[in-house]
Amino acid sequence: MAFYRPPAWQKPVALAALAAACALPFVLEAIDQAFYIGFATRLLIFALAATSLNLVLGFGGMVSLGHAAFFGIGAYVAAICQQAGINEALLVFPAAMAVAGLFALAVGAVSLRTRGVYFIMITLAFAQMVYYLFISARAWGGDDGLPLAGRMTLAGFSLAGDNSLFFASLAALTATMLLFGRLAQARFGRTLQAIRENETRMEALGYPVFRYRLAAFALGGAVAGLAGALLANLTGLASPNLLQWMQSGTLLVMVIIGGVGSLWGGVVGAALLLGLEEVLAGLTEHWHIVLGLLLLGVVLFAPRGIATLFGRRDG
Amino acid sequence: MTQLILEQALNGLQFGLMLFLLAAGLTLVFGIMDCINLAHGSLYMVGAYFVAAATQAADSFWIGLAVGVAGAALVGLLLEVSLFRRLYRRDHLSQVLATFALILIANEAVRAIWGPAAIMLNPPEALAGPVEFSLLGDAFFYPAYRLVIIAVGLTVAALLYLLVAKSRVGMWVRAGAANREMTEALGVNVRALFTAVFVFGAALCALAGGLLGPLLAVQVGMGESVLILAFVVIIIGGIGSIRGALVGSLVVGTVDTLGRALLPTLLRATLPADAAATLGPALASILIYLLMAGILFFKPQGLFPARA
Repeated sequence: MAFYRPPAWQKPVALAALAAACALPFVLEAIDQAFYIGFATRLLIFALAATSLNLVLGFGGMVSLGHAAFFGIGAYVAAICQQAGINEALLVFPAAMAVAGLFALAVGAVSLRTRGVYFIMITLAFAQMVYYLFISARAWGGDDGLPLAGRMTLAGFSLAGDNSLFFASLAALTATMLLFGRLAQARFGRTLQAIRENETRMEALGYPVFRYRLAAFALGGAVAGLAGALLANLTGLASPNLLQWMQSGTLLVMVIIGGVGSLWGGVVGAALLLGLEEVLAGLTEHWHIVLGLLLLGVVLFAPRGIATLFGRRDG
Repeated sequence: MTQLILEQALNGLQFGLMLFLLAAGLTLVFGIMDCINLAHGSLYMVGAYFVAAATQAADSFWIGLAVGVAGAALVGLLLEVSLFRRLYRRDHLSQVLATFALILIANEAVRAIWGPAAIMLNPPEALAGPVEFSLLGDAFFYPAYRLVIIAVGLTVAALLYLLVAKSRVGMWVRAGAANREMTEALGVNVRALFTAVFVFGAALCALAGGLLGPLLAVQVGMGESVLILAFVVIIIGGIGSIRGALVGSLVVGTVDTLGRALLPTLLRATLPADAAATLGPALASILIYLLMAGILFFKPQGLFPARA
């Protein structure tokens, strides 16, 4: 797969999408469908989480099956901060990013020593460790999760309204997309993609391969933590379900169907998957089967659509 | 105290042997075909449901077990021929996505057929009670059914060892795990071999699921938690190595069981009561993951790597 280069249509399309997103809450209110603002916020937050995984998976070439750990940790940090009386998002969100990022640093430091199937399984195992840790921690709600008393304030403004949280999430996603878009073309992103393409060569050229990978892994974890803190505000609960490995799988599916290694992959994938869920759940009770069959179809019949980049090295 | 430790040690052995049944098939699938199979836990779940359903129909646990294992092997065969064959040459990401989709389908199909509630499976009546031992003059009780599980587990492990280490087919399997292309070049039909390994792995899954059925609830999602443990076993033991899977299973089974039973007590003796009460269960539940991280830090390929 070639290096990331922004396509010519990107800037106008991105601006149009941003404008449409800004108008969305007002349009929904006007047509009396304000209920869907919550759904749209959820979509933005999952787009953010999937985008953070795409940095690790798409640009870094690391198939991590434990990304939900960082997502969930962000949510728990938000809930725990609020329990401790800190209700200002300008403090809580960076804290969530810092804790999730530092944990990703620790997990990456061990996991990145391994390759291939080992890496997939060890990231999965670490995420599961976090899951069991939170389930058995009674001080943090155990099985039931840790509820938030209410939404936080951002720079003094309350996030209690659906619109304010929507715009906060939109701002977080936009900032992340801008950052990752620049990063992908910067020296860091180029090196990361070159390592994905040919690790041995980059090693021979004297690049600190391990450190580049670790930095990308930690950054991805930190952004996932931000998404988690936002989600905790949306749902009012830091739930252990967020940490479960099926959640990691879902994020992975989003990135894969959206496009691995394309800047918009996470956003497109989250929109597709959540939209599909919403539609299928309305049609049949057993919509998981339909979703599973669709995914199998993607793997078997649209192989070029996914992950051409991993084909060479992994077999 | 001795009674507790001995009982928990036996429980750990029993749990470890059941983990081995799961991990043995999984490690060979990973090792020979370099194929990641997240749906291995679903085979375990489906096997347990088959055994439960067949037991209810036949009114005999042993007939139910045999029928259930055969049924799961058949499911394994169908899956291998229809899906997994297409996945071997694909990248890991496709394998993750496809087998993740299989989990969604399997969980939902089981929920649709048998309902969301857990099914209770009773052990055979002759084995329902405890067995009494005399140990250094003390009486010691242990459930007869668990002893049978240990016996079955040991027998299967021994047979598997003989099969893999001493037979010609086992030699092919080991050769395939060490170097697939070379084995193919030497004239072994790795494809057929792999179908056999996959089906055999599915049967072992169902055996473990059926045997554990009376101890744990047979329910949707039971495969996922045990799958992760099987992964930990394989990572610790080294992918593709049966010996590694055996050692890893016994280590994980014993450490997990003993940790949960003894760690809270030990902590209470050394730490203040409230600190021990919060730390104990949390530490016990992540003990094996810490163990895994420690082993991987020093041996990234696991204890007994199959590929040199």
